[in-house]
Amino acid sequence: MSLLSIDNLQTHFFTSAGVVKAVDGVSYSVDRGEVLAVVGESGSGKSVTGLSVMGLIEPPGRIAGGSIRFDGKEIANLPQAQMRKLRGARIAMIFQDPMMTLNPVLRVETQMIETIKAHRSMSWNKAWAHCRDALGRVGIPSPDERMRAYPHQFSGGMRQRVAIAIALLNKPDLIIADEPTTALDVTIQAQILHLMQQLVEEDGTGLVWITHDLSVVAGFADRVAVMYAGEIVEQATTDGLITAPRHPYSRGLIGSVPSRNVRGTRLAQIPGGPPPPLNRPDGCRFAPRCTFRKQGCEAAQEIRDDVRCWRVADLPALEEVSA
Amino acid sequence: MVYIIRRLMQAVFLALVMSFLVFAGIFSVGDPVAILIDPEATQAERVRLVAQLGLDRPFHEQYFIFLGNVLQGDFGNSFVYNRPALELILERMPATLELAFASIVIAVVLGIPLGVYAGLRHGSVGSKTIMAGSILGFSVPNFWQAIMLILIFAVILGWLPVSGRGEVGQFMGIHSSLFTLNGLKHMALPAINLAIGHLALVIRLARSGTREVRAQDYIRFARAKGLSEKRIVMVHLLRNILIPIVTLVGMSFGGLIAFAVVTESIFAWPGMGKLIIDSIHLLDRPVVVAYLIVIVMIFIILNLLVDLLYSLIDPRIRLDEVRQ
Repeated sequence: MSLLSIDNLQTHFFTSAGVVKAVDGVSYSVDRGEVLAVVGESGSGKSVTGLSVMGLIEPPGRIAGGSIRFDGKEIANLPQAQMRKLRGARIAMIFQDPMMTLNPVLRVETQMIETIKAHRSMSWNKAWAHCRDALGRVGIPSPDERMRAYPHQFSGGMRQRVAIAIALLNKPDLIIADEPTTALDVTIQAQILHLMQQLVEEDGTGLVWITHDLSVVAGFADRVAVMYAGEIVEQATTDGLITAPRHPYSRGLIGSVPSRNVRGTRLAQIPGGPPPPLNRPDGCRFAPRCTFRKQGCEAAQEIRDDVRCWRVADLPALEEVSA
Repeated sequence: MVYIIRRLMQAVFLALVMSFLVFAGIFSVGDPVAILIDPEATQAERVRLVAQLGLDRPFHEQYFIFLGNVLQGDFGNSFVYNRPALELILERMPATLELAFASIVIAVVLGIPLGVYAGLRHGSVGSKTIMAGSILGFSVPNFWQAIMLILIFAVILGWLPVSGRGEVGQFMGIHSSLFTLNGLKHMALPAINLAIGHLALVIRLARSGTREVRAQDYIRFARAKGLSEKRIVMVHLLRNILIPIVTLVGMSFGGLIAFAVVTESIFAWPGMGKLIIDSIHLLDRPVVVAYLIVIVMIFIILNLLVDLLYSLIDPRIRLDEVRQ
């Protein structure tokens, strides 16, 4: 049994302009100690899926259908009081911008200790020592002094380390990381990636790593789910996806990674843009941009062999295409 | 420390400029002699009195004599009461201060919770009601509102007294009508009348602050940590919306002390506002000048306190970076 399994999740936003199906039938699962990368461009629904798991979808949005099972228990639309007990204790989340995730007017120690106290009764002194050790564990130098500091006294990378330390405080079973390295410098990105990899390995934590950066995925995630326009278009092992992407969209993504392009030529790109969320095609949502489009694509909606493309078996191999 | 010294020097300069403007203004408005002296007085008596008051000297001499006296703590005697002007003002100050204090407390204690509620439950019936009420609150003319309050609560319902200050109690050496039931009853209507406009502003600031802050990532992160809604609102949200509210309260407090004239007149509250209006009518120059200088000092002190509070509320603000 998987630690987290999402099945046909529907998270919709009921706006005055219409129903935005931000997440439209997403299914994936994560095991303990496994790293699943969820890749997709902005607006593909990858973050909303993460927030749905956390029960942090706010009106006008709500989970309109499907199931989210965590450790065998259904948690989609769980009452807030019960969800609160899970959040921060068994499922933790890290957000994109470390400049914004820590409250600017509260000391780091306050923001750490409250995370423990929200879930366990522990003396202040003991909680303080625990938090200090957690800061040390994520590589913050002289944690004793830094406990008293305010967020603005840390650099971006250090703040993300603090956020990670907070996420790990209650030894969660699952961490959802929503683009935690996107706002950081490349060198800091690598450090944070390495740190996360090491921490989830030590604790056997399941990790959902939401990103739009494919280069982050390689060598880090066990499996990858590629999202497009509210749906998962392909799920594969990381190696499988990188060496042999099958869905036309995944091929486009892999094809546009700069290192795969020949120096001096124009960078490959996927023409067009994603369909507007209020007006998506009925059949394959990628069809209007797909180089392999054929008659029938506009109506096709089936998933074949973990790939949301009815012609996946007929498509030419990747090398032939780029050659 | 350097910051505070610099601020105090600014304060002295400001008080100096203010004293000159006020002195020159009053000088040009009219001749106090016409009001002060008995129309039946002889020419000799007139000349003697004018010389005694120093009113025969040129403007700049009068001003520098005045300034020299002020530096020694002497604001001159009131032409009307023939008592030191400063003493008159300080005598009336407690009544005004307690009224201003009571209305600020009402505005803040009611305004912040109502505003935060309206911000959190944006679009709900309760929120819309509060916001409509707040528009009413700062639109209704103060004097009319005061008369309506008197009509409803004093005349028709008979719950509260119409006017006056009531009994004054003593607590820890401070005399104030805040400490007796009778005093509080007398204060209720004027304090509410002064509070309503500021209450409406506090509600609006608290609401817009709440709507802005609650969409911030750190609030979502606080939720993701599993904190209770109560802690998120009371600790994470509240401190982040306080800065504009503190600014408003500081400015309002000064305004309430200096310009509660209408309310004090309607409720016959024996505060400074009433004194200053009477003094302006009688061209009682020493009192007007002393009053305005006292008010300038109060504003300067309040501004300084507000700046100090900023740095307490938000650690990112350092005093040496705060500029006026």
